[in-house]
Amino acid sequence: MIEWYDFFIFGSLATVIASQFFPKTNPTAALLSTLATFAVGFIVRPFGALVFGRLGDIVGRKYTFLLTLIIMGGSTFAIGLVPKYETIGFAAPLIVLILRLLQGLALGGEYGGAATYVAEHSPDNKRGYYTSWIQTTATLGLFVSLGVILLTRHLLDNDQAKSIAKFNDWGWRIPFLISIILVGVSIYIRLKMNESPLFSKLKAEGKTSSNPLKESFTHKENLKMVLLALFGATMGQGVIWYTGQFYAQSFIENVCKIDFDQSRTIFLWAILFTTPFFVVFGAWSDKVGRKRIIVSGMLLCIFGYRFLFSQLLNIADEKNKTQVTQLSQVKTILSPIPNSANSLRTTITKNFYDDGMVISETKKDTLYTDHASLKPEIKISKTLGSSGYWKMIFIVFIMIFTVTIAYGPIVAFLVELFPTKIRYTSMSLPYHIGNGIFGGLTPFFATLLTTIYTGDKLVGLTYPIIISLVCVIICILYVSNKKNFSIAND
Amino acid sequence: MNSIRRIAGVLWIAIAPLAMYYLIKTASSEIEKKPLIDTKIQWTVFIIIFIPAAIGLVIFGYYALRGEYDESK
Repeated sequence: MIEWYDFFIFGSLATVIASQFFPKTNPTAALLSTLATFAVGFIVRPFGALVFGRLGDIVGRKYTFLLTLIIMGGSTFAIGLVPKYETIGFAAPLIVLILRLLQGLALGGEYGGAATYVAEHSPDNKRGYYTSWIQTTATLGLFVSLGVILLTRHLLDNDQAKSIAKFNDWGWRIPFLISIILVGVSIYIRLKMNESPLFSKLKAEGKTSSNPLKESFTHKENLKMVLLALFGATMGQGVIWYTGQFYAQSFIENVCKIDFDQSRTIFLWAILFTTPFFVVFGAWSDKVGRKRIIVSGMLLCIFGYRFLFSQLLNIADEKNKTQVTQLSQVKTILSPIPNSANSLRTTITKNFYDDGMVISETKKDTLYTDHASLKPEIKISKTLGSSGYWKMIFIVFIMIFTVTIAYGPIVAFLVELFPTKIRYTSMSLPYHIGNGIFGGLTPFFATLLTTIYTGDKLVGLTYPIIISLVCVIICILYVSNKKNFSIAND
Repeated sequence: MNSIRRIAGVLWIAIAPLAMYYLIKTASSEIEKKPLIDTKIQWTVFIIIFIPAAIGLVIFGYYALRGEYDESK
C-alpha cells in the first residue's frame, strides 16, 4: 500500500510538480517532463519487474522486496526535498526525473515479491483469500494519496484560497515527506518476517534457478504461460482497473466538469465502500475457481461501461434539471495589468438548479485600450447537489466493484501458473506489461479517441472494451479453472 | 474445443500486425498534426513498447495454432 501511495502521489500532483520543476518556457525541462511521464510508467516498470524478479528468484523474496521498498520510499522522500527550478535551475528537473525512474523501477519489482511471498505462505484452499489482501493495496494506496492531498490542500490556512495557494507553492511537499514515516514502519515489519517457506526449501536443496530470465522467457513451457498470463488475464484486468479508477476520474473532472474537490471525494467514498470486495472475490475464487470470477468481472465491464459512463453524464447534465433563475449571480472584477493601460476582466457567473447543483462559469478576458479582442478563457465547474453527489458515488462504486471482481483473484491465478524457482520473474513481467502498458495507457488512449471522434463522448471506452474483449475470449478458450491447486510440488 | 483453440490462433497472429499498423498510422497522423518533440517522443515510446507485445501475441497465436494450449497438454 505504501509503495502504491508513493507512486500515485506523483501522478496526482503532476500539474503542481510540473510548475515547480518543468517550466514550459524551458524546452529541455519540458522534454524531461515528457520523459518523466511516459518513460517511467511504460518502460521502467516492466524493466523493474525483470531486474527485481531475477533477484527475487536468486536471492529470495524477503530481501528483494525490502530493497524495492527502500528505493521507493527513499525516492519519494527525496522528491519532497528537491529545490525548485528557480533555485537550482536545470538540475531540479533532472533530479526529479531520476527519482521518478527509481520509483517506477521499484514498483516493477515490488508487486511480484509481495505476491509470491504471500502466496507461498498460503494454504492451497485459501490462496485466493490470502493473496486478495495484496489486491486491496493499489486501491488503498490511491485512497490514501487522494485523502492526504485533499487534507493538505485545505489545512494550510483558514482561508481556502490561501491554503490552496500555499499548497501549490510548498505544501505539495508534505505528502512526499510523510512517506518516510510509513516506509519506516514497513521496513520494521518486513525485517521481522521470515523468508518464504517454499523458496527456503528450494534454496536448502540447491534447486533455485541460476538464470531465471532465461528459464522464464526462452523455455517454451514457461514462455507460453507468460503469454497466457498476459493476453488471457492481466491485459484485460489492467485496462479495467485503470478505466474504473483513473479514466473515470478524468472523465468526471474533464467531461462532466465536476469540481476538483468534489470529484476526489466521490472517489474516496466509492473506494472506501468497494475495497472489501477484493477480499470477497479473492476468497470466492477459492470455492469456484479463479477463471470464472475473472471472466465474470471482465464481462460485466465490457457490457456495463458505456451504460455507467452515460449515467455519469446524465447526472452532471443541467438539461435534465430546472434552473432557479432568481438565484443566479454575476460578479465582474476588473484588475489593471501592471505597466500597461489594459485591464483583466474576470466574470464569474453562478447558476443554481432545483436539485442543488451549482454551475460556476469563470470567464477571463483582457480589455485593451485599442479595443482589440482575444478569445476569452472560460472555465466551467459544476458542484453537484446532495442527490446527484450520492448517485455519482453509487455509479463509481459499481464501476470499482466490477474492478474488484476481475482483480481480486489475479495474484492467486498468476502464482499458480509458474514453478517456485522462477515464479517472481515469470509473474512480474506479464503483470506489469498488462497493468503498466495496456492499463497505464488507458486514460491517454481513451482521451485521444475523444479528440479524434468528437461526436461521441463515450468513444474513449472503445479502447478498454476491445482489449478486455480480446482478453476475455483468450481466457475462456485457453485458461483452465484452478482451485485448491498445490504450488508446493513443482 | 481444441480445434476452436487452434483456429483462433490464426486470429491472434493476424490481430498483432493489424494493431501495429493502426498504431503507426495514428502516430504519424498525430505527429503530422502537432510536430513537436514531445509528441514525437511519446509516440515513439508507444510504438517501441507495443512492438514486443505484438510479437508476443504472434508467438501466442503460433503456439495456439500448434496445439500447445490443447486440453491434453
